[in-house]
Amino acid sequence: MAREQVTNKVGAVLIVGGGIGGMQASLDLAESGYLVYLMDSSPTIGGIMSQLDKTFPTHDCAM
Amino acid sequence: MELARHLNVNIITNAEIKQVQGKAGNFLVTVVKRPRYIDLSKCTGCGECARHCPTITLDSYNQGLTRRAAIFIRYAQAVPHAFMIDREQCIGCGLCEKVCLAGAVNYAEQQEEDTINVGSIILSLGNRVFDPRLNFEYGYSRYPNVITSLEFERILSATGPYRGNLFRPSDREIPQRIAFIQCVGSRDELHNRPYCSSVCCTYAIKEAIVAKEHSPTTLDETIFFMDMRTYGKDLDRYYERAKEEHGIRFVRSKIYGVDEVDGTGDLAIKYVTEDGAVTTEDFNLVVLSVGFEPSPQVIDLGRKLGIQLNKYGFCSTSPFSPLETSKPGIFVCGTYSGPKDIPETVMQASGAAGSVSALLAPSRKTLVKEKVYPPEIEVDGQEPRIGVFVCHCGINIAGVVNVPEVKEYASTFPNVVFADDNLFTCSQDTQEKIKQKIKEHNLNRVVVASCSPRTHEPMFQETLREAGLNKYLFEMTNIRDQCSWVHMHEPGRATQKAKDLVRMAIAKARLIEPLRQLSLDLNHTALVIGGGIAGMTSALNLAEQGFEVHLVERSSELGGAARQIHYTLEGGDVQSYLADLIQKVTSHPLIKIHTNVYIVDASGYVGNFTTGLMVERTKYIEAIKHGVTIIATGGKELKINEYLYGRDPRVLTSLELENEIVKGNPQVASCDNLVMIQCVGSRNGERPYCSRVCCSQSIKNALKLKELNPKMNIYILHRDVRTYGLKEEYYQQARQKGVMFIRYDLDNKPEVRTVREDNRYLLEVHLRDPVLGEELIIDTDILALAVPIVPSPEGRELAQLYKVPLNEDGFFVEAHVKLRPVDFATEGVFMCGLAHSPKSIDESIAQAKAAASRATTVLVKDTILAEGIVSSVNEALCSGCGVCEVLCPYSAITVDREKRVAEVNEALCKGCGTCAAACPSGAVQQRGFKQGQILSMIAAALEVS
Repeated sequence: MAREQVTNKVGAVLIVGGGIGGMQASLDLAESGYLVYLMDSSPTIGGIMSQLDKTFPTHDCAM
Repeated sequence: MELARHLNVNIITNAEIKQVQGKAGNFLVTVVKRPRYIDLSKCTGCGECARHCPTITLDSYNQGLTRRAAIFIRYAQAVPHAFMIDREQCIGCGLCEKVCLAGAVNYAEQQEEDTINVGSIILSLGNRVFDPRLNFEYGYSRYPNVITSLEFERILSATGPYRGNLFRPSDREIPQRIAFIQCVGSRDELHNRPYCSSVCCTYAIKEAIVAKEHSPTTLDETIFFMDMRTYGKDLDRYYERAKEEHGIRFVRSKIYGVDEVDGTGDLAIKYVTEDGAVTTEDFNLVVLSVGFEPSPQVIDLGRKLGIQLNKYGFCSTSPFSPLETSKPGIFVCGTYSGPKDIPETVMQASGAAGSVSALLAPSRKTLVKEKVYPPEIEVDGQEPRIGVFVCHCGINIAGVVNVPEVKEYASTFPNVVFADDNLFTCSQDTQEKIKQKIKEHNLNRVVVASCSPRTHEPMFQETLREAGLNKYLFEMTNIRDQCSWVHMHEPGRATQKAKDLVRMAIAKARLIEPLRQLSLDLNHTALVIGGGIAGMTSALNLAEQGFEVHLVERSSELGGAARQIHYTLEGGDVQSYLADLIQKVTSHPLIKIHTNVYIVDASGYVGNFTTGLMVERTKYIEAIKHGVTIIATGGKELKINEYLYGRDPRVLTSLELENEIVKGNPQVASCDNLVMIQCVGSRNGERPYCSRVCCSQSIKNALKLKELNPKMNIYILHRDVRTYGLKEEYYQQARQKGVMFIRYDLDNKPEVRTVREDNRYLLEVHLRDPVLGEELIIDTDILALAVPIVPSPEGRELAQLYKVPLNEDGFFVEAHVKLRPVDFATEGVFMCGLAHSPKSIDESIAQAKAAASRATTVLVKDTILAEGIVSSVNEALCSGCGVCEVLCPYSAITVDREKRVAEVNEALCKGCGTCAAACPSGAVQQRGFKQGQILSMIAAALEVS
């Protein structure tokens, strides 16, 4: 039993960093059948992109 | 928001990794959670606490340009939408605890440790921006009107310090002249940041254009730069537009320093241009385009995890495994492995997800929860029994609108059997209450009057489903944005308007019906079109995940464009990598390879495509059924008949030169002089895009040649050297080794002539050196042309077959440039590699894995649920005119020519309503927005309450 636990792969992922990259990876993996832990050192997720006003070239809101 | 609601995503904020044990497939991670002093499950984010907090500190979200309370939320749309107490600033007065109606404040919260068990880890740690105080000469922090680009970004934002008004910090005056200084903390040997930060050129252009839009006057803007590196997809067009349409001035220069002009707050920039002229110019505001760097915390974490970092602290990766750290099972994406832009980051993120998905495939769906709903209550033919829930939103609505009055008003209407007002209708306890009231009063319609349906409707619909009601038996009206916010100074009229909106919602609710969502079966096979590195990588990733793949290649061999590349800039051996990849793909039992085939036919929709393949010689057509399609048709070098190419054997393309170097052609190795011309046939009127890889390609060849023959004189004639990111290092290396870089302009292109001298013909390159200001003639032995990358012609046919768009240059167009860089707007179709845009091998690999990952999110589903709000056709009224068929953007409507009626394919219909609006006979109706339903709302709106 103990051995089986060591060799078995765990169907969960830890994603460190809640910026645009971490969020995209989280969504993909959660939608692909994995349990996701999304961790960020700051009090909210969003990273630097949440501070941007508009993005090239459509000038879409970064939110 | 999507993340916050996701059943299988646990968001852990304010936390750090303490320790990682175990190995790929099974890691034990110890996480330390710092106290937030706010109970996340109770805080609703109403903000009452911050309004009472007596302490004030600088707001880091606005780059310190504004102030906030010690109890704060980073920004209005933050996830989790909860406040936090900054204990360093908090004076512990207890006011917030007293005013918090939800009872969320907990001063006694302690740091917690938690252990989580995961199969894999993705590091998406990001970068911080360079601190420009290190560049003393720019005057940052000494002069208030020298700001960073991120500060400028906040100034331009509606939620920024000046509410989107373009002011400068010192005196809140509107600046007339703004300067941007590029490469601050980038390409800077002195401060140990010799790499290029990749995004600053583009963001400076963006900020300059946006500033023009914000400025009440004609703004005069100058960007001081070294090389304009708008190398990404469509970015060169943006650069040209900035110059031509917006009149932004670009000055190629080096900056000596910035000084304040006494007493004015203005700044004098002293700079030297290419010709050596030194100029001083005054500006009202100076924006420093700061670069990226890994923060010390991020570097520490990398060390703690024992992964290999490069000398600047970025995570090391190799050209053929751009998403893997040195530790198996730990992947990386985004700027942590080097500066990159948003689309590149998103591609890498999806790519890393694809890698994880392949690694953990045997354990897929072992830990995730799937929601089970009670069977739906039959409501057909029943009298509407409506429940109305009016929200206070703390004081957000109730501070202006008289909520109890609105509730009382709602309860007076026929069919309304229950009305209630709630402090927070969105809170978890109210959801329980709604479910309970549905049961208690046999409600069969629910109206919520609160905030925006965009953010909250899916959540309320979820509550209905949990109570056994069809989710379309829900109507929502927004009395926050429409009433309490916009009419905050007129509470009486705001209340009146809230009543009007509620009356309209009730009127519609009487007529709404349960809608069925078609559940469609799904084919779990993938079709990958194109057998180059991108296509093979996608196919292999999907096969490793356990999906069957058809890999289709038009030519007789796998390998694509990479067959002509021998080594990467970083020294990776492309041919042995390619051979290995081909071997893996051909030997994988789940991959069926079809070479020499043409795609002649395609039909269907996500989950159920059928594609017809024709094997070239047999003319036999085979139909393949598949659930997803990945287009990876690649691109190639375009041989341009310019500069005597094709007429003089000494003129080669860059790839041909590479081939000669590898073959060991003695004529090449023994050259005295060798000239390379960049941007041949690119960045001009005909092909206004940058081929992205040619600068690196030429530098790669130059370094190889210098290795073979250090005495060779190599001249690279360029327009901008675009060695972005960490590639910049090789540009510096080439310069150190004596490779000469000479710039030319599009209107002053080099000329190539053959000149007879004695018994031989010399190959002469004539150009004007902008530094010396003189005409140069180089007598060259070999001339190498950096010709453009063009998409494969096959793309044009596929675009028609799969109804996906191409841009003007023939590359495929993604659903969203930034956020969905591998998806098409058409569901179930994805792209990667050169078919999307020119890119290097590592970028193709990352994008290919991203396409596989995005495809996986479709393939793992058991069934596909179609949209319930779809169009339906009343056959009795339809004349079969076909207007709807032409207008439908999703090709969901076809007219049956015999019956002369339009038919809607509900699997394809997205419920946009275009057909219903266009139908001249009123035969097309959109479910959920039927004519009668909308008219009832209009009628209710016109009633006077």
